[in-house]
Order: sequence, then structure tokens, then C-alpha cells
Amino acid sequence: MTLSILHRITGVAMSLGLIAFAAWLASIAAGGEAFDRFTSLMSSTFGWLLLIGWSFAFFLHLANGVRHLVWDVGKGFEIRHANASAWAVLVFAIALTIFLWSAL
Amino acid sequence: MSGATGHFVAQRISAIALLLLGSWFVFVVPGLAGAEHAMVAAWAAKPVNSVLLMLLGAVLAYHSWLGVQIVIEDYVHAPGVLKFSLHAARIAHFVVAAVCVYAVYRVGFGA
Repeated sequence: MTLSILHRITGVAMSLGLIAFAAWLASIAAGGEAFDRFTSLMSSTFGWLLLIGWSFAFFLHLANGVRHLVWDVGKGFEIRHANASAWAVLVFAIALTIFLWSAL
Repeated sequence: MSGATGHFVAQRISAIALLLLGSWFVFVVPGLAGAEHAMVAAWAAKPVNSVLLMLLGAVLAYHSWLGVQIVIEDYVHAPGVLKFSLHAARIAHFVVAAVCVYAVYRVGFGA
């Protein structure tokens, strides 16, 4: 149940992140000053928090999305399976977020 | 795609596409961290990367629009506000997709 609302929250969060993604691409096209302004914005503490947040949102939404796809083919509906996969999703999301950011 | 079934299928198909495109992006982007503009632009201008970036932007916008549609329908009920919100969201997503595709195009082809 928690994962259900988290799926929605991470989805909406990434919809907002999509604007930043477009802005990033636009800053590459614009070049020079625009690009520097964008990168310094995302290098700020707030920028880092946003990026970490969006990466966690991505991994969680992806993993839970796969969980949904498995349900779509009719598997994994038993409560114990659903609970187990819920925990797997959370562990996956946290682990991959940590892995991604520790590599930087 | 129209209708609830079409929406359902479109959401799943775009999700699977994003599994691939998104994973690619998360895999390559760390390599661009802290890089100078020239390097990032050169990377984005490579044909394969350009196509993948355009696809990512477009499919992201489509998948996001599908999801946002559901969220709006769940929480907005006043008929006038609902209609307006859905139209506004559709247009906003289209604009975002257009910005992504055009930006990548400009990087590849310059001024």
C-alpha cells in the first residue's frame, strides 16, 4: 500500500524532473554561459538533493513498475509474494541509489 | 490511443521502452558529471546518443503524460477545472517533448 502511493509520488516527482531534463538539454544546445549556469545550479546543495532524490525516485518507480508488469501477467498476487516483492523493490531502490552516488 | 484499454497498453509499452532508455541514461550520465560543455556537447552530438536522447525525451514525456492524466482524474473533480487541467497537462508535456527533441537537434547540427 505504501509502495502504491510511493509509485505515484515518485512518478509525479519525475514528471517535474522532466522539466529539469529538458532544461539540461536546452543548456547544452545553448552552450557557454547557459550551460555553466545550469551546472552550477545543479552543483549546489539543493541541486544535489534534487538529483539524488530523482535518482532514488527513478529506481523505486522502475522496480515497482516491473512489479506491476509481473502482476499484469498474473503472477505474484499472493499476499506473502506481494509483501516480499515490496521489500525487494525498496532494497533495490536504496541499494542502486547508494551505488550510483558512491561511484561519483 | 483512445479508451481505457489503449491507455493501459500505452502505459505498459512506454514503461518497457523506458526500462531500456532510462537504464541507458543512468548508465552513461555519471560519465558526464563535471565535464566541460565541449565534451558533453560532443557526446550528445554523436548520432546514437542523439537518437537515444530524443527517444528518451519523447517517451518520457508520453509516459509522464499518461501517468499525470490518471493523477489529475483522481484528484480534480470540478468539471471545468478538470477539463482545463487535462488540456494544460497535455500541452505542457508536448512542449517539454518538443524542447528535448529540438535541443538535441541543435546540439547535433549547431547554430
